[in-house]
Formats: sequence, C-alpha cells, structure tokens
Amino acid sequence: MSVLDSKIPAGPLADKWNKHKADIKVVSPANKRKLDIIVIGTGLGGGAAAAALGELGYNVKVFCISDSPRRAHSIAAQGGINAAKNYQNDNDSVYRLFYDTIKGGDYRAREANVYRLAQVSNSIIDQCVAQGVPFARDYGGLLDNRSFGGAQVSRTFYARGQTGQQLLLGAYAALNRQIAKGTVKSYPRHEMLDLVLVDGKARGIITRNLVTGEIERFGAHAVIIASGGYGNVFFLSTNAMNSNGSAAWQCYKKGAMFANPCFTQIHPTCIPVHGTQQSKLTLMSESLRNDGRIWVPKHKEDVEKLRKKEIKASQIPEDQRDYYLERRYPAFGNLVPRDVASRAAKERCDAGFGVNDTGLAVFLDFSTAIARLGKEVIEQRYGNLFQMYEKITDVNPYEEPMMIYPAVHYTMGGIWVDYNLMTTIPGLYALGEANFSDHGANRLGASALMQGLADGYFVIPYTIGDYLSKDIQTPKIDTNTPEFEAAEKGVREKIAKILAIQGTRSVDDIHKELGHIMWSYVGMARNKDGLIKAMDLIRELRAKFWKEVRVPGTNEEFNQELEKAIRLADFLELGELMARDALNREESCGGHFREEYQTEEGEALRDDEHFAYVAVWENKGENEEPVLHKEELHFENIKVAQRNYKD
Amino acid sequence: MSNLFTSSIGKKLVMSLSGLFLILFLLVHLGANLAVFGGESAYNAMCEFMDTNIFIRIMVPVLALGFIIHILYAFIITLNNRKARGNMRYAVQDLSKSSTWESRNMLVLGIIVLGIIIIHLFDFWSQMQLQHFIGGTPTENPYELVIDKFSNPLMALIYIVWVWALWFHLRHGFWSAFHTVGLDNQIWISRWKCIAKIYALIVAVGFTIIPLYVLAQRFVCGSL
Amino acid sequence: MNLKLKIWRQKSAKEKGRFEEYQVENISPDTSFLEMLDILNNNLIHEGKDPVVFDHDCREGICGMCSLFIDGRAHGPDDDITTCQLHMRKFKDGDTITIEPWRSAAFPIIKDLAVDRSAFDKILQAGGFISVNTGGVPDANAIPIPKKDADESMDASACIGCGACVATCKNGSAMLFVAARVSALAKLPQGRIEAARRAKAMVAKMDELGFGGCTNTGACEAECPKGISISHIARLNREFLAAKLKD
Repeated sequence: MSVLDSKIPAGPLADKWNKHKADIKVVSPANKRKLDIIVIGTGLGGGAAAAALGELGYNVKVFCISDSPRRAHSIAAQGGINAAKNYQNDNDSVYRLFYDTIKGGDYRAREANVYRLAQVSNSIIDQCVAQGVPFARDYGGLLDNRSFGGAQVSRTFYARGQTGQQLLLGAYAALNRQIAKGTVKSYPRHEMLDLVLVDGKARGIITRNLVTGEIERFGAHAVIIASGGYGNVFFLSTNAMNSNGSAAWQCYKKGAMFANPCFTQIHPTCIPVHGTQQSKLTLMSESLRNDGRIWVPKHKEDVEKLRKKEIKASQIPEDQRDYYLERRYPAFGNLVPRDVASRAAKERCDAGFGVNDTGLAVFLDFSTAIARLGKEVIEQRYGNLFQMYEKITDVNPYEEPMMIYPAVHYTMGGIWVDYNLMTTIPGLYALGEANFSDHGANRLGASALMQGLADGYFVIPYTIGDYLSKDIQTPKIDTNTPEFEAAEKGVREKIAKILAIQGTRSVDDIHKELGHIMWSYVGMARNKDGLIKAMDLIRELRAKFWKEVRVPGTNEEFNQELEKAIRLADFLELGELMARDALNREESCGGHFREEYQTEEGEALRDDEHFAYVAVWENKGENEEPVLHKEELHFENIKVAQRNYKD
Repeated sequence: MSNLFTSSIGKKLVMSLSGLFLILFLLVHLGANLAVFGGESAYNAMCEFMDTNIFIRIMVPVLALGFIIHILYAFIITLNNRKARGNMRYAVQDLSKSSTWESRNMLVLGIIVLGIIIIHLFDFWSQMQLQHFIGGTPTENPYELVIDKFSNPLMALIYIVWVWALWFHLRHGFWSAFHTVGLDNQIWISRWKCIAKIYALIVAVGFTIIPLYVLAQRFVCGSL
Repeated sequence: MNLKLKIWRQKSAKEKGRFEEYQVENISPDTSFLEMLDILNNNLIHEGKDPVVFDHDCREGICGMCSLFIDGRAHGPDDDITTCQLHMRKFKDGDTITIEPWRSAAFPIIKDLAVDRSAFDKILQAGGFISVNTGGVPDANAIPIPKKDADESMDASACIGCGACVATCKNGSAMLFVAARVSALAKLPQGRIEAARRAKAMVAKMDELGFGGCTNTGACEAECPKGISISHIARLNREFLAAKLKD
C-alpha cells in the first residue's frame, strides 16, 4: 500500500463529489468562529478561498507578498475561463469538458478531480456574474463565448483580454467585504518563509514583513498554500517578477510531497526574447489563435531575406507560406493544445525556419481574419493585445504579422494533494497552480482560472470542514512553543547566512545562469544526458550561490535583493528536483518531451504501461536523495488513447 | 443630507451651484450693460429699472451671498487639496500635456477676478445701486459715469484684463459645474466643453467691447 | 544608449530624501524602462552600493504594482501604458531622466521609489463590492445585461489600482479610482442594488484617508494607463449626490 491515499470517493464518477459532500462532516457556525485558517497567496485560488472561508465564519489570515491582494499574478491571465454551460448549443457538457481536460493533459491527471472541476465550472460563472464581473455579452444581453486550444466547442467566457484581472477583482472584492467585516485579516507585503508543524500537523507559519524585515509567527488550525507556480525557476518566463516557489518549497521540506515537478507548460504565443538584458517574457493570449494563423516561409531563401530585413512578412505570397499547424493537424489547426503548438514552433525553428535575427520566432498572422471580418472586428476582439504588442515591439500587428515564440508559462506540477486538496501533511492544503491535481502533463487554455476558482470557492470550503470538525476542541494555536521557536530560528539563521556571504555576484546573475541551465536541459525538449548534466550543473551553481552571492543591506529594511536571494536559494533546489523527475519519466507526455521517446512524426510518445502514474517526491533532508512514490492513475471512464489532433 | 457639505463632492456641489448662479448673473449683467450702445437715455433707463425693480433688489443680497459662498469654498477646497497633495512636490512635473492651464489655476484666476470686482464695485456699483439700498444719492447720470471711467485708458485696460481672466475662469468653470453635479457622460463632456467655450467667449467679447467702444468714441471719433 | 539618471533616494518614510545621479551605458532601445533600472541595480550591487528600490511585478501592464514619475509624468513619456511597458526607444541617447516616486499625502514613501498605496485597499473595503456570498446565486444568464452597459462597466473595471491618477492630480485626489469602481458596479443590475450605499461609503472613506477633492482638471484621465474616462467621475457625482439627497 502506497503512503499516498488519494481519498477518491467510491461510486460512479458523476456522483463522487455529491456523495463525498454528503459524507463529510461540517463545522457549526459557533465553532467556525473559534477556528483559525491561514491562507498564503491572494490569487484566484487563495483570494477565493479566503473570501469563501471568511463568509462561512472562520477566522482567516491571508498573506501576500505584493502591496495589495489585487496584484496576484492571476491578474495577468488574458484569454478566458472555461465552463460547461453549453450556452452556444454546440453539444458541450460536463463530460466533454472533463474529457477534453484529461485528454489535453495527456492522460496524466486524476479522473475524479478533473470531473469535479468540470462539474463546478458552471457555478463559477454564476458566482462571478453575481459579483459583478463584466463578462463579454452579445447584443441580446446574454454571455458570449470564444474557443480555446484543445476544444472543439466554444466554452470560454471572457472579459476582453483581461479575464484574469476581472475574475481576480471579483475575488478581491469578496475578500475586501470580509476584511471589512473582520472575518479576514489581510497581511500584504508579508512573505511566508517557513511552515510550522506541531505533532505532525500544519499549525502555523513564519513570515517576514517585507517592509520592516520583522520576522513574525502566526498560528492556525489549518494552513492553505495558494502561492502559484514555480515557472520563474527559468528566470525568463511569463510569470510576474515576484512569483516564486518558496512557500510550496518550504512545505516540501517540511514533509509535503511534491508531484510531477517536471510538468512545465511552455506557452506557444509569447513575444520572442530580444536580448540578454531581458527580465521577463510577455504572453500574447491564446485567444489570438482563434483568428491568427501561424506560419513560417516554405523556403529558406525567404527566411534569410526576412532575417536581413530585406523583405517584410507581408510581401511573402500566400503559396510560399507554410501554415504548419494547419498542415500537420487539420482537425484542430491553429487551435491545437499548447504543448503541441510549442513543439511544432520549435521544430520549425530548429529546422532553420525561424523568422527573426535570433532564428527563434514564427509568425502569427491576422491578415486573413482582417480580410474576412474587417479591422474593426479584430480591434474589438484583441485591441488591447495588439496595442500591447506594438508598445513592446514597435511593430503594428494590423499591418505586419506578430512574431511569437514559446516561453515558460505554467507549472502543472506542484504539491501533491488528495481529493480534499490536502497535502501529505495533515491540515496543510494546496490550491490552484500550487497543487498538481487537475491538468496532468499539459493544461488547456482558460483552465487555470477555472481551477483556481473551483478550488477556492467550491472545493476547499467543503473539504476543510471535514478536517476541522475534528479540531473544534483545539484552542487557539500558541506560537510560544519550541516548534515555532525552532522554525523562527531557522529562518533567521538562513537570512543571516545569506547576508554574510557578501560575494561577488548579484542574485540576478546567478538566477540567469540557473535559467539558462533549465531552459537548455529541462526546457521544451529533454534527454537523459542533458538531464543528468543539468542536475550536476544545478548542484554546482547552488554551491556557488552559497559562496558568491552578494546581497547588500540588512534584514531590517525593505530589501528586495534579500527577498530575491531567499527565493533563488529555493529555486536552486527545486530546479534539481525538476530535472530528477524529468529524468525518471522515460516517456513523452504533454509538456514533458523526452527526445528519446517520440513517434516517427515527432509526436510525443507516451508509455502508459510504465508511467501512468503521478510521480510524487518525498524530501529526505539535505544531501539526501528524495524518494519517489507513485500514485497510479486509473482511467475508468475514459479510453486512454494516443492524443490525436489531426482528424 | 447628513454631512453632505463636508464631503469632498458636497463641497464641489456648492462650488458648482454657486458658480452656475454666477454664470447666470453674468449673462444678465452683460445684457444690461449692452444698453450702453443704445445711448445715454437707454442706458440710464436700464439703470433706473435695475435700481428700482423689486425682483432685482431681492436678488442683490442673494447674489452677494452667492459670491461669498463661491469664494469661501474656493479657499476651503484649495487649502484641503494642497494638504492632500503633501509637502513634497515633484522636481519635474509636466501637466501641460494632461490638463488645461485654466483648470489648474482656477483660484489664481478667481483672485484676479475678485480683485477687479472690488474696484468695479467702487467705481460703479457704490455710486449707483448701493445708494438705493443705503438711502443715499445715486449718481444722476450713470451713462456719464461709465463713459468717464472708461475714457481712462488705464481703467479700460484693467477692466479688459479682468474680462479675459474671467474668460479663462469660465472656460473651465462652466463645463466643470455640470460635470460636478453629474450632468454629463462621455459624449456630453465634450459638448459642455464646447458650450463653455462659446459662453465664455460671448461674455468676454461682450464685456470687452464696451470699454473699447468708449475708448474708440473718445480717441478715434472724438465724439464724446 | 547612454543616459544620466536623476533618481530620488530615501532610506525610509522618516528620513529625508534627495536626488542622486547615476550613469547607465550601452542600453538597447528595445530594453524596457524597468529592465534599464535592473541593469543600474546590478551595476550598483557590483559596486557595493545599495540598489534602488522600486515596486514592480507582472511587467506586462496589468498588476498595477509599478509606479514611477518619469520626467514629470506618471508612468513616463508615453500614453496608455504603465512604466513596465515603457521602452527606452522613447528616450534619446544622452538624455537626463528624472525619476521620482508618486508624491501624495495619502501615499507615504516607504523607500526610494516605492510608496504605500494601502489607502486604495481601504477605500475598496469600505464598499467596492457586491454583497453576495459564495453559492446560491442565480444562473449567469438569468439577468440579461445590455451589451453597452456591460462594455461600459468593463471600461471602468479596467482600473489596475496603480495610483497614477492620484500621483498626477494637483489635488492628490482619488476620484478617478473611486469613480471607476463605483461606475463599474453601478452599470450592472447586480451592482445597482447597493449602489447608493457603495457611493456614500467609498467617498466617505476617500475623504477620511486624506485624498483631495476633484477640480475636474482631467489630468488623471490623460495619465491613466488604462485610459479610464472622467465621465465615470460624473457618474460617481450623480450617484453620490442622489444618494445623499435621499438621506
């Protein structure tokens, strides 16, 4: 028997969630008032959870590293949120959304969790509309939809190109309402630096006040981690500059197991890297693939001329263009899932067809759509995205096609959770991108927002009650205990150690080097030798970090370099685990592409016989190798098949 | 209504309503003044009417109150806003691209206008309508008084400066008054701004041509 | 490009600040403004000096974390963008660039170029929400909303809470920020129900926190990175006055 108990309820798939809700215990209102819950992160998962739990009457403390809960990186999601409303009468259903998500995730996600996600998706849209989220509407006053990759129906709800922002403002408003009521207390500019366990249960955290440097203790009956993904391990990604994996990593170090760390999503439509001074990559919404066509020239001569800027893209005639997604995947065309689109772009660029001076870019062209629909319609649909593109690149995408290239965007891996979203540490929960549960090896577009809000609004408020119902006799958690003291001491020592190094290299220097290793060996295409090499290189770099990093200033001030250094120290460990996991998974699936395992046509080759499991890593302490546990995946409701987006 | 007039928007409402009242008054005043083009008898008849009409007589203290409130609140709001701005100023700030000069200098313009109003009250009103209120003897020939005052080029110049400060003040104040009471939207903002410019121009030109007319009569035609 | 930077340095809220001059060299015109500051900071660290503190996060113009008053304008010399979207091609080789924090009594400086904008959170906590609990809400299509209203609500809801309006306003007024939220919710049937209460509560909180009043200069609208119209301020005025008159 595995140490992992996913606690999936028995019974038919469609009834599991309702049956589970009926079976689990609840906490009475009088007792809820006595229970404290800590929430780390204020994005869609954390923000929604904190608001919903506050509404229920729990005492919630919510922490974020930004100056306001509203700045969490969920805000940057552009395209939309999926739901199985079937408002378009195109034969969508809960089952179809479930099926698309499992298939899109290349059969590496848990059926029961994904089905529940699809089930609650409709409630999310209802909730958001009630909160005043201004979704796009048709002239009749009803909600509008668009299509996203990996789906053949229109199920994506959107608010221009700012859907994440609008949903987050909804959750943030709900949170504000609770803060005003006093059920939630907000701690902005606070970073969680350690998790505190008492008798094996999560009972609190140690934080650093980012403005004053004060190290503080907070106790609670349960702790929820909703701190997002760890894509910034690559240095260059579409994540926000301050997004980091540290909160999740502290949980891992305290015993929460980490699942599928190698599953990283590389988003196909980002603005290409322009130079070595770049700090981050900018995403161009997947929704653009509704009307944009992706191509490179058919002939190398045209590629050369483009690179020398002798011709413009618009001067290349239609029959000299290779719309390679439409060519390779006729059924889905430009709307294949992200991993497929990204690899196809890499394949063309590797073959020498990259269209910019670095050779790492393909075209995303709107001329066909503009000719068909007119410039005004395109402007209405994507105006802000086009404007953003022009501001960054100085190229007008109404006249010349956009140049795009894949970039790190999302991490499907994360802290392992059971059906209740509880980690392997009792009382510690993980929501949203911070957990691993719903997207398998590849996330479909517009599903991250859905998962964050599903976890926060409609799952955790139920499942946490079951755990806390056993804790109603536990008084307020005392933070003057040896456990808190030890954790605080550890944090102080770590900070002091970093500040004492006073080496020669800045945090960013080392982070860029880490990013380079990750992108080269643990990026879009991986192989055994490269991954082994990456692990060695990361270990070396980690040793260098602890000798050579230079962090100016002190702890007792607003010290952004110190913040970055603490996060980088964790990335330098996390990166190695990602490589280790990628090395272990000797198959290609979703965002994880091992060069050794591909079909003759260059498609990902899964190995369901040996790898239809969640790879769950247990930390065994410093200088010890982590131990792999496997959660076997059982597909009882879906026929596992090679993904096919061709016909 | 509780606390309405202590709230920021309430204070602005006071500015807006008193401003609109003064805007209306200016039109009446201008209309009356234009009687000067009708010659001595017309002008004096108008003055006689203004001095004795019961409605006008009731409105005079109301008008004074309007002025006082408008000025008082201008100072209260400005002090409050300066405090909100904080003690530290930008070393470099370029507001010329984002707002009009007059919108940023309403108090300064207001003070210029006020200063000259006081002179104006001394020169004219104190010898005309005021005398009716205090039971004194108003000037017998208001027309002559006007001609006499504006024949002095310095006086005319001060008066014209006043008019164009007022022009600036009204260009912003007029549409702003409607905006403050919420009587506009994206379309009507530009419409009110356009109407404001027309109104301000009418008032400014109207008040300017009177001293110019007098000066022209005296120095060019030499008829007076 | 080679540039001279005049940057406001201030250790903490209590200490006095001053301008310091720095030189940056070989900056590509395709570099973003914040990347240019990253380069400066990296140089400062290598020289053993304290890097410049500035707030930033998403670097794609949506989180509202970045600020900076650059050469006399909030978010610098370009329209409809945040500082993170500003690129060095908007400057000329050899330029001297003055960089200051937002300056307003309601936004105290924390350090260097970072300010405390928690007053915005407090205003929204006073009423910038619709009072519905999670669950038990009607179907999303139960109440049709005219497209025009939904679009107008979205226009107002585009606010990113960066504070450029307050920083630009000569009165340090937060009217555009408050109006954007009030307007976004007032245009929707779901938000109409408590529109009066919301307008009163948010304006009262705004006044209490020391923001100035609006004198309709329109500078906020011109410098708003999301181009939010002051017509929303008119709606706020309308909502507020109507609500107050009923009291």
